[in-house]
Amino acid sequence: MKSGMSIIVRTVTRLVYGLALVYGFYVIMHGHLTPGGGFQGGAVVASAFALLLVAFGSAGIKGLLNAHLLQTLEELGALAFLGLGFAGIGTAFFYNLLANTGSCFGATVALGPNVGPLDTGGILPLMNWAVGLKVMTGIAAVVLAMLIGARQEEAE
Amino acid sequence: MKRALVLVSFLFVGAFLLVAAASLRPFGEPALTAMDDHFLANAQREAAANNVVTAVVFDYRGFDTLGEATVLFAAVVGVLALFRRLQEDER
Amino acid sequence: MNLGNMPFVAAALLILLGIYAVLFKRNLIKIVLGISLVETGVNLLLVTLGYRTDGIAPIFTLAPRAGPMVLPTPQALTLTSIVIGLATTALLLSFVVWIHRHYGTLDVRKIKELRG
Repeated sequence: MKSGMSIIVRTVTRLVYGLALVYGFYVIMHGHLTPGGGFQGGAVVASAFALLLVAFGSAGIKGLLNAHLLQTLEELGALAFLGLGFAGIGTAFFYNLLANTGSCFGATVALGPNVGPLDTGGILPLMNWAVGLKVMTGIAAVVLAMLIGARQEEAE
Repeated sequence: MKRALVLVSFLFVGAFLLVAAASLRPFGEPALTAMDDHFLANAQREAAANNVVTAVVFDYRGFDTLGEATVLFAAVVGVLALFRRLQEDER
Repeated sequence: MNLGNMPFVAAALLILLGIYAVLFKRNLIKIVLGISLVETGVNLLLVTLGYRTDGIAPIFTLAPRAGPMVLPTPQALTLTSIVIGLATTALLLSFVVWIHRHYGTLDVRKIKELRG
C-alpha cells in the first residue's frame, strides 16, 4: 500500500474528496433539524479520509497526518462533550442550558411542522460538533494504525 | 458425536427464535408508548429541536450517549496500543 | 402465529445466519463476519419494534402530513448499538491480525493444536 493506485483514481479522488468533506460537515451541522447528527456525519468524514488513504497510499499522506495528532484531537472531542454535559450542573447533569434564551442557538421553535431554522437547538449543535470530531478522528486513527501495521507485517 | 450435538442445539435455537419472532405483538402496535408520547409532545418546547431523535439521544437520554462515547474511546485506545506493540516488535 | 410479522421473522433470520457462521465456519474472518451479522440483525429488530401503522418519521422539519409519529426511543438506542458494534468489530479484527502474526495461520482448529 506504499504507492497507492493509478492516476485515474488519484485524479477523481482529488475532485471528489472536497465534496465528501462538505457533505459530512453538513450532516453534522444540521443534526437538530434533519436526520443525522454527530455520529453519522463523523462516519461520513472518516470514510472520506479512508478513500484518501486507499487512493494515495500511506506514503502520500505521510507529512499530513499521523496517529498521534488524530488521537489528541479525539481526546479533545471527548473532553469537550463531557464539559458541555457539566455546563448546566446547577439544575441537572446534561441540562439544555441555551434553549429558548435568545443567545447563541437560543431561538424558540414554532410548534408543529415548520421550515427548520438553524439557530435553534440550544446546546445540541455544540454537542453534535464535539461528538462528530471525536468519531471522525477516532475512526481515521484506527484505519491509519491498521494500514501501517499491516504494511509492516507484509514487509517482513 | 460432538458435531451432531452442535447441529441439534443449533436447530433448537433456530426454531425457538423463529417461533418467538412470529408470535410477538402484531407489527405496528408497540406495547408501552407513554414515555415516547411525552417526548413527541414536548421535545419542541423543552429541547428546542425539530429532530426528536437527536433530542432524545443528547438531551433526554444524554447519559447513554456518554457511555457510548466512553466505549468508542476505549476501543480506539485499545486498537492503537495493540498496533504500537506490533510496530515495536518489528524493530 | 401471526403472518403479518414478517419484519420480525426477517430480523430473526439474520440473527440465525450469524449464529450459523459462528458455529460452523473454520476461518477466523468468517467468524468475525458472523458476529457482525448478529449485531446487524439485533439492530434491525430494535428499529422495527417501534413502528406505528401509517406513521411518519419523528422529525418536524417539513413534515409531509400531520399523522401519528413513529416512536423515537428505539431509534436512539439503535444509534448507540451501531457504534458499540463498530468498536467491537475493530478490536476483534486487531486480535485476528495479532493471531495471524503469532501463529501463521487463520484456521481455528490449527490454533487449538499448536501450543506456545
